[in-house]
Amino acid sequence: MNGAVTPRWIALWPALMLGLFFLVPFGIMISVSFAQRDAGGFYQPGFELASYARFLAPFFARVLGVSLAVSLGAAAICVLLAFPFTVFLASMSRKVQTRVLVVLLSVLSLSEVIIGFSLSTLLSQTAGIGNLFYWLGLIEAPRAYTPSLFALMTGLCYLGFPFAVLVLYAPVSRLDPEVVEAARTMGASAPRAFMGVVVPMLRGAIVGAFILVFVFTLGSYLLPQLLGRPEHWTLSVHITDQAIYQANLPFAAAMSVFLMLVAMALVGLSSLAARDGGAA
Amino acid sequence: MSQHLKLAYICVILALLAAPLVIVTGVSLNAGQSLRFPPDGVSLRWYLALFREQEWLVPMRNSLIIAACASALAVLIAAPLALYAWERTGWLAKLLTGMGMAPFALPPVISALGFMIFWMTVGGYGQIWATIVSHGVFLVTLPLVTISLGLKAMDRALIEAARTMGADRRTVMRTLILPLLVPYVVSGYAFAFVLSLNEYIIAYMVAGFTVETLPVKIFNALRYGYTPILGVVSVLFAGFAALVFGLIGRFGNLPRLMGAERVRDE
Repeated sequence: MNGAVTPRWIALWPALMLGLFFLVPFGIMISVSFAQRDAGGFYQPGFELASYARFLAPFFARVLGVSLAVSLGAAAICVLLAFPFTVFLASMSRKVQTRVLVVLLSVLSLSEVIIGFSLSTLLSQTAGIGNLFYWLGLIEAPRAYTPSLFALMTGLCYLGFPFAVLVLYAPVSRLDPEVVEAARTMGASAPRAFMGVVVPMLRGAIVGAFILVFVFTLGSYLLPQLLGRPEHWTLSVHITDQAIYQANLPFAAAMSVFLMLVAMALVGLSSLAARDGGAA
Repeated sequence: MSQHLKLAYICVILALLAAPLVIVTGVSLNAGQSLRFPPDGVSLRWYLALFREQEWLVPMRNSLIIAACASALAVLIAAPLALYAWERTGWLAKLLTGMGMAPFALPPVISALGFMIFWMTVGGYGQIWATIVSHGVFLVTLPLVTISLGLKAMDRALIEAARTMGADRRTVMRTLILPLLVPYVVSGYAFAFVLSLNEYIIAYMVAGFTVETLPVKIFNALRYGYTPILGVVSVLFAGFAALVFGLIGRFGNLPRLMGAERVRDE
């Protein structure tokens, strides 16, 4: 290219780094998923489908069901709360928007372990809302609300909400405010303009945010352990458990490959949705 | 809907997001061993303890070293990648951008297991530099996004003017593009730094048993029981993130960095 300011060889270094440290690990992981388990915690090169055959066991179906159910639930709640939040946020002044974004980014970057610890404190018997309800006279004795499915869902929503807002933020803020004004001038009530104009115009973005939050919470590893009971352990927890504590790398790798295919299919779907839905 | 109601909705949600952190701040001020809210006597003893105890100082140092080096590596990979993809639309540009974005579109446990098996196979499992390289590659997405935004915002007419006036490629790069990119590079570095500091699963699976980072240490400590010191660490983490993003918001255009195009300046 004649007009290009940057030389071609500039791509060499990033291609090398990403190829070596991103593609190669994935390649190895895929090959390990077909390898034979080694009692020492490593693997024997080989080709067998034993690890994949374990997907047929009821254990795996249950884990997968739990993972999908909690992540779908969390993604739905996050997007339901985040969509109006983002639309309102985009109508604020730059100063307000910047401050809210600072809070959201800070919460987004919080380590899962800190979110888990904070929420289990909030839901605990001695420091949390159980205590507050007792003090208000709503319940008869202070009680803990964790570990439970409720605590886990709260945690996943806490994790996913800032993410949902930030994914929605760009398309929402690009929406022309005059479109809503036009609908209002033509006599549509505010809720009607919102449901009839804003939501359909941003359908693609909403589906995209839903799927990305779903994939994001699907990867949550610590929250199910900190806030949920063992029956709420998700695929991510089991992958790590198999890799580190059960010393079964091939099975962990096979589950990862499966999870990766699910995530890739969903991300592909979301980009399709974004394309035909149109992000204004 | 009136502006007041909108603001009220935003404030309620922000209050819910802040609630656990408020409780944790209260808990961190406890004078005793137990986690009580409101605190059982107010003291800063756990804050002092954190900076005195070797078992916390070592993970803190590990985390800071990893975050500083890994985000530098992420920027070093992302900057040439963004520059390359900026002016080109070929398959290589698409492939590289896709690879740079992929870590964030996949559940992190997958990358973590990939890195773990990789380092076990080639050697380096349990070494601090393995964590640094893994984090660096994993976090490429953030500087890639910010630097690409910076390039997109750049006025091509400026570059053409410089070229017409006889500046060669190198001069254009050195005197025009790189200086204009500095704020985007800095914010990309900052994003990657904060996320690396908070990252758990990769740090744990690549070198969790030998190189303890702060999140790994917190999780290990949680298993032995909750003490106010964990509240202290959480407060410092949240405070640090708020400081970094607050600075970006103060000196940069955060809404723009997040992809907004029309924001009222007031």
